[in-house]
Amino acid sequence: MNERKSRFTSLSGLDIERCYGPDHLKGWSAEQDLGQPGAFPYTRGCYPGMYRNRLWTMRQFAGFGSADDTNRRFKYLLDHGQTGLSVAFDLPTLMGLDSDDLLARGEVGYCGVAISSLSDMERLFDGIPLDQVTTSMTINGPAAVLFAMYLAVAEKRGIPFDRLGGTIQNDILKEYIAQKEWLFPPEPHLALIVDTIAYCAAHVPKWHPISISGYHIREAGSTAVQELAFTLYNGLTYVEAAVKSGLEVDAFAPQLSFFFNVHNDFFEEIAKFRAARRLWAREMERQYHPRNPRSLQLRCHAQTAGCSLTAQQPMNNVVRTTLQALAAVLGGTQSLHTNSMDETLALPTEEAVKLALRTQQIIAAESETVNTVDPLGGSYFVETLTNRLEEGALELFRKLDGLGGMVSAIERGYPQREILDASQRYQREIERQERSIVGVTTHREEDARSIPILKIGPEVEQEQVARLSDLKKSRDPFKMAGSLEELQEMASCHQNLMPPLIEAVKAKATLGEICAALKEVYGTYREPVVL
Amino acid sequence: MTVAATPLRILIGKVGLDGHDRGVKLVARALRDAGIEIIYTGLHQSPEQIVTTAIQEDVQAIGLSIHSGAHNSLFLRILGLLREQGAGDIVLFGGGIIPDEDVPRLKAAGVQRLFRPATPMHDIVEFVNGLRTER
Repeated sequence: MNERKSRFTSLSGLDIERCYGPDHLKGWSAEQDLGQPGAFPYTRGCYPGMYRNRLWTMRQFAGFGSADDTNRRFKYLLDHGQTGLSVAFDLPTLMGLDSDDLLARGEVGYCGVAISSLSDMERLFDGIPLDQVTTSMTINGPAAVLFAMYLAVAEKRGIPFDRLGGTIQNDILKEYIAQKEWLFPPEPHLALIVDTIAYCAAHVPKWHPISISGYHIREAGSTAVQELAFTLYNGLTYVEAAVKSGLEVDAFAPQLSFFFNVHNDFFEEIAKFRAARRLWAREMERQYHPRNPRSLQLRCHAQTAGCSLTAQQPMNNVVRTTLQALAAVLGGTQSLHTNSMDETLALPTEEAVKLALRTQQIIAAESETVNTVDPLGGSYFVETLTNRLEEGALELFRKLDGLGGMVSAIERGYPQREILDASQRYQREIERQERSIVGVTTHREEDARSIPILKIGPEVEQEQVARLSDLKKSRDPFKMAGSLEELQEMASCHQNLMPPLIEAVKAKATLGEICAALKEVYGTYREPVVL
Repeated sequence: MTVAATPLRILIGKVGLDGHDRGVKLVARALRDAGIEIIYTGLHQSPEQIVTTAIQEDVQAIGLSIHSGAHNSLFLRILGLLREQGAGDIVLFGGGIIPDEDVPRLKAAGVQRLFRPATPMHDIVEFVNGLRTER
């Protein structure tokens, strides 16, 4: 019988056969390649009981407007059963700029919350028990500064640092590759990241000082294999930098965390999570021989794919997100963000984000998919895909080795170009109608109904600017300037910058002032243009 | 001189702080493949930088991608700067995450065309090619 297509491929372009059987797994060993859950090579999951012991953390990324606006959204989410917080910062904050910077005009509070000072951070977490809720902060270029603010808030409230749990994204390599919100050149920035890793190892043991992220690489158009390869290779680059600085691998590797995208291809995505855990465990074992098994475990957060959502017929996005969320759960994620249906149009409304949270709650409570660990383990198809993703990633590892490592590859534009080419291939497949998007390329409706969207008013920026002006009047200018001088001096002589950063934010130096001071020492990054 | 011989130079870029350059690069590649000369600005350009580059490079049009939600203020500032500097004849168009309800106001202010997400590439190429005959 004629098949519907001459060639069936995964979303990432892997050829998919009609049916999978034992022949596809020749050379594969259940003992070596699958193992037991909670044991090397962790293909089946980091923990023996997975969701039988503890469900994933439901963590919706949220942030808009002022610190007070976002504080109210946090409380709304916690009231509706969310189990962890995740802060979205606005673009000026992501770029290390204050709300009153000329370059920030028109963008304050738009893509996230505006945080320019310790006082903003205090209002953001007002009434939230920092020793009971874990907080993830999506911040990279100025991550160390925002982390210093968070620590200073805890200190003011008398909460010991060893009771703080959470994550800063702090992954600058994927900024150069994909998300493009950078500050300093790679070398000094890697050193700053190692400072945060060392500081957490010594003082904030429950904190993840980095979330090595494939999410943005995928959103920029990569395939699943590229997402897996570039992310894990970035991870190994951070480990190498930390070890070279003199840290023992077991002193910090258990605190590393990862962050993956969950796209539309259900089985490929499940296989990606499984391959990621196995590949990380194998590479860490091969290169660093850690003694603590936790150093081998890849723990991750996942977010459904923003780039898979459509502005057309936005309610369809709920269905897409549900399938993606289910794939993340079957893949064994430790925490999850589900996108809201309106996120191709604007930041989500309360109603939309509640529905996204309910999606996770329904999977957890009603689908009965959480009763057994790695339910797809041993499937001929899923194991074959897991193998192919791991092999594909290893091939890219060799290319990156050949280019002299990730920093040098980035400077030559290699990962950027590979991702752009993949995104162009996908675009052409859509245009040639080799792939369909319901509501966009098929089943279109001319006058589909629109949904309400969240609006940010200009008053957010005006109020932020006024608050900054008050802050600058209220502080001791000599103490503030002294704290920045101290910071620059420590940066020049390669000392750990976390202590002087905490002092600077307490002296009411602003985010923009601190980043400007560091740029004087480190310089700024200029992108190699890849087109 | 025939109309078809008019060389087209277009500035394609990102204004503001957002780093989402997947779409803009695909548009730039598609226009380049269609034989249009592209000046690509790269990321994080201020409205002033965009307008200065457009004038220096003597482009016929500026195409900007904005995913930050700041489209209203950024497009209006660019239109204002173009007029101030006597370059009001440069066509401004764009795309990105721009809610439908913002489109009429931006068009009335002088943005010639705003492409929605998932616009087929050939629609954008056709629009830009159409600028040849308008001049």
